[in-house]
Amino acid sequence: MSATTPQASPDSKPSIFEERDSVIVRFAGDSGDGMQLVGGQFTNTSAIFGNDVSTFPDFPAEIRAPAGTPAGVSGFQIHFSSHDIKTPGDDLDALVAMNPAALRQNLRSLRKGGILIVNSDSFGKNDLRKANYEVSPLDNDSLNEYKLVKVPMTTLNRDAVGQSGLSTRAADRCRNFFALGILYWLYDRSLDPTIQWIDDKFAKIADVAEANKRALKSGYYYGETAELLQSRYRIKPATDITPGVYRQIMGNQAVAYGLVTAAKLAGKDVFYASYPITPASDILHELAKLKNFGVRTFQAEDEIAAVGAAVGAAFGGAVAVTGTSGPGIALKSEAIGLAVMTELPLLIINVQRGGPSTGLPTKTEQADLLQVMFGRNGESPVPIVAAAYPSDCFTMIQESLRIAIEYMTPVIFLSDAYIANGAEPWRVPDFNTLPKIAVNHPKDAASDGTGGDGFMPYRRNDKLARPWAIPGTAGFEHRIGGLEKENVTGNVSYDPVNHERMVQTRQAKVDGIANSIPEQVVEGPQSGDILLVSWGGTYGAVSTACAEARAKGLSVAHAHLRYLNPFPKNLGDVLKRFKKVLVPELNLGQLWLLLRGKYLVDAKKYNKVQGMPFLVTELVAEIEKLAKE
Amino acid sequence: MSTNGSLNVLTAKDFANDLDVRWCPGCGDYSILAQMKKVLPEIGISKEKIVFVSGIGCSSRFPYYLSTYGFHTIHGRAPAIATGLKLANPDLSVWVITGDGDGLSIGGNHLMHAIRRNVNLNIILFNNRIYGLTKGQYSPTSRVGHKTKSTPYGSLDRPISPLTLAVAAEATFVARTADRNVDHMQQVLKRAAMHKGVSFVEVYQDCVVFNKGAFDYSVDKGVRDETTVHLEHGKPLIFGAKRDKGIRLRGHEPEVVNLSEVKEDDLLFHDEKCPDTVLAHILSRMSQPGLPEPMGVLRDIEEPAYEEQVIGQVNDTIARYGAGDLNKLYMSADTWTVK
Repeated sequence: MSATTPQASPDSKPSIFEERDSVIVRFAGDSGDGMQLVGGQFTNTSAIFGNDVSTFPDFPAEIRAPAGTPAGVSGFQIHFSSHDIKTPGDDLDALVAMNPAALRQNLRSLRKGGILIVNSDSFGKNDLRKANYEVSPLDNDSLNEYKLVKVPMTTLNRDAVGQSGLSTRAADRCRNFFALGILYWLYDRSLDPTIQWIDDKFAKIADVAEANKRALKSGYYYGETAELLQSRYRIKPATDITPGVYRQIMGNQAVAYGLVTAAKLAGKDVFYASYPITPASDILHELAKLKNFGVRTFQAEDEIAAVGAAVGAAFGGAVAVTGTSGPGIALKSEAIGLAVMTELPLLIINVQRGGPSTGLPTKTEQADLLQVMFGRNGESPVPIVAAAYPSDCFTMIQESLRIAIEYMTPVIFLSDAYIANGAEPWRVPDFNTLPKIAVNHPKDAASDGTGGDGFMPYRRNDKLARPWAIPGTAGFEHRIGGLEKENVTGNVSYDPVNHERMVQTRQAKVDGIANSIPEQVVEGPQSGDILLVSWGGTYGAVSTACAEARAKGLSVAHAHLRYLNPFPKNLGDVLKRFKKVLVPELNLGQLWLLLRGKYLVDAKKYNKVQGMPFLVTELVAEIEKLAKE
Repeated sequence: MSTNGSLNVLTAKDFANDLDVRWCPGCGDYSILAQMKKVLPEIGISKEKIVFVSGIGCSSRFPYYLSTYGFHTIHGRAPAIATGLKLANPDLSVWVITGDGDGLSIGGNHLMHAIRRNVNLNIILFNNRIYGLTKGQYSPTSRVGHKTKSTPYGSLDRPISPLTLAVAAEATFVARTADRNVDHMQQVLKRAAMHKGVSFVEVYQDCVVFNKGAFDYSVDKGVRDETTVHLEHGKPLIFGAKRDKGIRLRGHEPEVVNLSEVKEDDLLFHDEKCPDTVLAHILSRMSQPGLPEPMGVLRDIEEPAYEEQVIGQVNDTIARYGAGDLNKLYMSADTWTVK
């Protein structure tokens, strides 16, 4: 290896460093350019360094859209900071554009005066034409408002990697690491974590490992030697973060870890049945790796079979889970209704994406709330829980299982593409300190008096939950099904009065869950002018916007809901303590409709349906507007 | 109450419960229920380990009339639900009760996939060639030209053969029996129960209200010897009241031959253990008019059961990597400490 580590480079010229509190960068290139990979590396390196980080991967639904076209652009945004942050940020401080299409698609996000690093080798006639540029934006004054840095990355990278014996094509595949090297130089990051990763990942293909390392280091040294920019930036480790051991985690990964954890806390194994669907498939992938935790994964023939198998497994006594996105929920509705009628504990995970129909498979949206709330035939109440940020998935999926088992009910867990794919630091918990989930299968007819002929599958406890007697247990043989049940006995019943009673009972059971969940917490003043009410993946943006509005002297509070059915018991009171209520959502007003319907509150709504998360600035502007009304 | 200890004294009565059976008087389902109650005490599995899972339709009310565990699910999905149950608890003996509409129409996909995975389920398909519970529409097994409420001018749909579908999905056990052929049905059900892996049994079942007599041609004592052929492993296909006719293969086509003209050795010999599906496929296509319809076991081969493999993979992984440690899993990435 010809290069040495950057810190020890004898040629190092003293750099001018400027301190920054936080920085937002984005890698953008073709979907085959490896932008997601280097984005992940930059995130990891920054997190290990001690910054708080928040990421936003944004990629097309097509695996390989026509190369070089705007449709195929893939981006990865990282916000890293010396203080606690909750969003991947609004405007970019730096943008890396690997081709003209990436520039066209992403330039609008770069703040004026921001750093724009382009691969000038990929601005040839053809590249420009594919991105609908008539003349190269690098040759006119259209980019004058930015600090434009033209780097012939393809050439430089080939020179650097050339000696490793790879073909030109293979060498070009390392360009993403060259770009990463430049950003590591610019933000004074260590190369070590990425070098370690390359060594591990390509342990068996030494020439590829070598080439990627050369590309990375060459990018770094090129920044240094060519003095690409007059100053570099340093972002100190965050200091306002709870002490502990941290790692990086993404939402879907947190769901998988949370499921395995929840099952162990219940003394059971996970049965996960799923059909591949973006953006939920990574949960299946992650769980399929964890078989030594007793996890049984089942890739079913379709969405209906997946939920069906989970219902069967729930009857059989497993921690039964199915995961999907909105289109899959549509297909699973009937079987969820069966789990409502048979009162079996079942987790249904919906990682929401843009809809309706196939919609925007890789983009985020929170427009499935009313679908999961009401999208079944008959009076079919199902508890709904929503995670607020990636690592919150770990906690809330455990909470979902607790509710499912304690109340013998299917539970819907809502995530979305934004938190599923977004990464953030996660304070690693100690399994031994997590709360156990109590499970009680009737086993012994003599001791609990419910067995034999006396066993009543629909006799309820004080929470209105019925017993979870599982096949294989002698003396508790019983039949369940989708036909209406007679109260207590569980026999089929068409009696009108019984039907109404059972409908009311199922509703009362779900309503009663409010007694077992925390009261709604309000961030900011506990009463005052404006309350923002949000749910799901918008937590970071709304929370940050409220804090900024308060910093501007406004009386703004924030209530973020993790429980959407039932709502926390005190929510009605919370709403009444504020003069105005604003409900920002990435839909046309679904929580807004529920709140108005349930609490008769004249809430205002603020909505965005672009497949993109809220920007903090647009929320602050909306709060200021409402404050003036 | 039945327990393991009293297994040997169980009788059909032990599998009855006190609910009124609500099929139409004379329905073929009664016979299937009766034979099932006779067979269950004889398969060596204690009652609490037996689960009946059904979909929707007349046949799917079956679990309510037994005293085992039962799950009356939703239309067409019983094979998927049973698969999940079996994966959660492989020790159970899981029976799927379905019909020609439930199993072949709305649930065709699940049936096919449960079969091709070789989940250790006993799938019993009651074929009455009609939709009974919805009061008389044609089904995927109704004959062309069949006049029903939804086909007043005759059905145009080409019917599917349940056996052909099962063979195409490479079911490891495929059989056919008929509601009125009680001894035969008991034998077939028993063999289905004993088979490891998926067992698929088609039962010709008379719907006395909407398709009465649909199977008279194959079950009436006066004609059935001429219209059906009983399959016996290793034996030639011979039928007829006087056992004077046989089946011979002409190329890929079965044909009826007269034993006075053809030697037994030249007949088609049944081989239910044949790993290839060609023979079973040919048998599954034999139908009236023209050819006798096969009764009995078309195919019975050994392949690993799906749920055993799923559990096996879990156990292998534990043996290889050790039982998972959650605290280690949480730390299975680059970590840093904030002080």
